[in-house]
Amino acid sequence: MSMKFTTREVNGVTILDLSGKITLGEGGATLRDEVRSIVSKGSKKILLNLADVNYIDSSGLGELVSAFTAVKNAGGELKLVNLTKKVRDLLVITKLVTVFDVKDDEASAVSAFA
Amino acid sequence: MTDSNATRVHLTLDSVLDSVETVETLAETFAQRAGFDEDTASQIAMVSREATVNAIVHGNQYDPAKHVNITMEITQAILEIRIADEGAGLDADALPDPLAPENILLPSGRGVFLMRAIMDEVHFHKLTPGTEIEMVKHRDQKETHP
Repeated sequence: MSMKFTTREVNGVTILDLSGKITLGEGGATLRDEVRSIVSKGSKKILLNLADVNYIDSSGLGELVSAFTAVKNAGGELKLVNLTKKVRDLLVITKLVTVFDVKDDEASAVSAFA
Repeated sequence: MTDSNATRVHLTLDSVLDSVETVETLAETFAQRAGFDEDTASQIAMVSREATVNAIVHGNQYDPAKHVNITMEITQAILEIRIADEGAGLDADALPDPLAPENILLPSGRGVFLMRAIMDEVHFHKLTPGTEIEMVKHRDQKETHP
């Protein structure tokens, strides 16, 4: 199963609802491309909703980092919300949880954008 | 794929990404058979996937003439997974620390780190040619995920 996503906007924040796997050859490149596309259209506030991401590997973690860096370099902010236990565990192990701004629910995540 | 009671399996797979799924599924099956809980079995499958991706992409570099050899075995004490490529070789000690501040935002370089974090033992063996990674998980542990 590959990754799927839909995009919506709430109070000026672009929210990507992701589902499936973020892994090598299974949608990872799609996430990176989609985030870069959103940034190129001028959106600087991006929230990745990972509620339905049931699997991620080191390539997927790399995709999240690439997305984070692309948004930051464009002067924007990228936050994560609704992490599943599997994803959260890997972010803790790799200490990426100290890099990303991780929120527990969408309302607080949206309001946390400057 | 394997006999439901098998405690040892050996596979020789092509250097294609489809092989990754085969190894991942087999590793999860063996981890469950060894008695690990669902989360731990999933993590063991994930690091087996990481090792297989490394073998195919970095070791064999998708060379159709080269193969990946997989051995999984359950003993009374451990689950052992061996994944070998036929590539130029890997110096695992030279891999950068992905937790270092200067590396934490790099998009790659976390695979071997995850193997070491999730498995109890990870050893690299030099082959001629290639590299074999040996990963061991002790069966007396019920949970290791954070």
